Amino acid sequence: MSVQLAIAVTQLISRRRPTLVSLTGIALGVAFFLAVSSLMRGSERDFIKRLIDNSPHITVSDEYRHAQKQPVRERWPEGAIEVLRVKPLTEVRGIRGHGQKLAFIESLPGLRAAPVLVGSVVLTFAGRIEGVTLNGIIPEKMKGVSTIEEKLIHGSLEALATNPNGIAIGDGLAKKFGLEMGSVVNVSSPAGEVRTLKVTGIFHTGNVNYDDSQTFVLLKRAQGLLDRANRINRLILQLDDPYAAREAAAVIERRIGYKSLSWQESAEDLMSVLLVRNLIMYSVVAAILVVASFGIYNTISTIVMEKIQDIAILKSMGFHARDIRRIFLAEGLILGALGSLIGVTLGIGLMWLLAQVQIKPPGATEIVHLPIYWGWEQYLMAAGFALASAAGAAYLPARKAGQVQPVTILRGMA
Amino acid sequence: MNPVLAAERLGRILPGEIPVTLVRDIDLEVERGEFLVIMGPSGSGKSSLLYLLGLLDTPTSGRVLLDGQDTSGYGEDQLANTRLRRLGFVFQFHFLLAEFTVLENVRLPMRRLGALDEETARHRAKDLLDQFGLRDHAHKHPHQLSGGQRQRVAIARALANDPMMILADEPTGNLDSHASANVQEILHNLTRQMGKTVVAVTHDLNFAGAADRRIGIVDGQIDLDWQM
Repeated sequence: MSVQLAIAVTQLISRRRPTLVSLTGIALGVAFFLAVSSLMRGSERDFIKRLIDNSPHITVSDEYRHAQKQPVRERWPEGAIEVLRVKPLTEVRGIRGHGQKLAFIESLPGLRAAPVLVGSVVLTFAGRIEGVTLNGIIPEKMKGVSTIEEKLIHGSLEALATNPNGIAIGDGLAKKFGLEMGSVVNVSSPAGEVRTLKVTGIFHTGNVNYDDSQTFVLLKRAQGLLDRANRINRLILQLDDPYAAREAAAVIERRIGYKSLSWQESAEDLMSVLLVRNLIMYSVVAAILVVASFGIYNTISTIVMEKIQDIAILKSMGFHARDIRRIFLAEGLILGALGSLIGVTLGIGLMWLLAQVQIKPPGATEIVHLPIYWGWEQYLMAAGFALASAAGAAYLPARKAGQVQPVTILRGMA
Repeated sequence: MNPVLAAERLGRILPGEIPVTLVRDIDLEVERGEFLVIMGPSGSGKSSLLYLLGLLDTPTSGRVLLDGQDTSGYGEDQLANTRLRRLGFVFQFHFLLAEFTVLENVRLPMRRLGALDEETARHRAKDLLDQFGLRDHAHKHPHQLSGGQRQRVAIARALANDPMMILADEPTGNLDSHASANVQEILHNLTRQMGKTVVAVTHDLNFAGAADRRIGIVDGQIDLDWQM
């Protein structure tokens, strides 16, 4: 052990009470930091999980991100002659060559895709009329990309697969129309097709809007109803790692040209709200640590004042100003490091306690636990911040100690 | 041969609204192995002179030569290194570090210099304590010792890095007559047996009686220089 460190340790040990007080300050600061951070990050994860589970990770639709330019504009951007009133070529709606595109997407690792044809239809039953969204799906593909199967409270996706005239509806719609399993409804499309379908599934997602307006039928049936044989207008993708969606969407869009929307992009406003929330939370908990580090400042300032004769004698025997500075910086860092260690232990205890808390939200049927995030980077952040503020708090008294002129002290003594 | 310590027209003025002259135009040469005592009334500037000679304070005019080397261009670190290797200090108050044992206090300068390995340093510190009759007190803390014993520990600490010169500021100022005589004898022996140079500031006439040479300071100037 270097002589500076030996002096630092000895001085701290010989002043137990203030040392313990400043240690407690840092330890509590770190523990609160961890408790708040784990709770906030936990609830954020919980929120995002719901967001991710209830919507596709990536949606490829039959739109382009930017309207396509006229070829003549591309070829001669500065052309002297302008042809007026040129309209873009009428595109057939839907994803062109979706077979190949689906094959390409499915060749990417760690993701699953399902083709969907989405359109609007009108539902009529016993004189009641309601416009709803019709999703034409391939049930076995849909299972890999959506949680809709888990949300079915009656019936199953298989029933849809075996009955070409089956339809799955939300429980909101079912209640409104007084529909039950096996009820028969009329579905008419803008293309003029009318079909009679039988309710083979009722789902409940908890999202009222969704449960009121979404319906699922077989893809072939939807293509027939909407008069768009062999077409789809959406690819729904699910990833093993939802957080890779943004990058994966960019890769897909670059390759196939159609707009590929990741969940992050479609929830950008929410994501920025979460970011701001985290920033606020971390500034508040960091402020706790800054306040706690005042304890260290106080302790070390007191030691410097009390030990000014020792500083004078050390300097007179040949210690440099930086040796003295190191002694007191080391004291700050020791307090910071020990405080972080105790604080992290205490914080893990607090997090464990919080994780035991059970709450039953009003109106809910299940009891839920507080969501706690256990990520290791929080510990690093808390300890790092505690160390940095301890070093900062120790620096001022340490610098002052280094500047002590032994003669000034000796003169005062004589 | 160069004098081991020389002051040339040494002056020190404390700046301020009313500047105070502590030391004025002092010329002095100290020979190797000499036991020099600086005497004078309170406030005469004798301690200030000692601090200048010991490179603790920097003069406002003139210069100090240590073993023929001009120290006036030294930076703070170089001054500290010189004090660490070549000078040892003993003050009126022992200034031992209260939290460390006697042995650890003596080892402090050696640890800072880092020239000796741990084992050798420990041996050397024990030998020094032995020399001053403190063998049995090595593991005590300073508060467990008498005033005379503490001052002897302080002398052992001053000798830790084998300096060529010991500078003492009222080393017996706080001791009873018996302990004073003991410290005086030790400092005297340092010059005779170990060839160290000793420069001491004192009020104590008995203490001054053992010196080779006495200098009287009045108003920051040498008033009397009496070789025995």
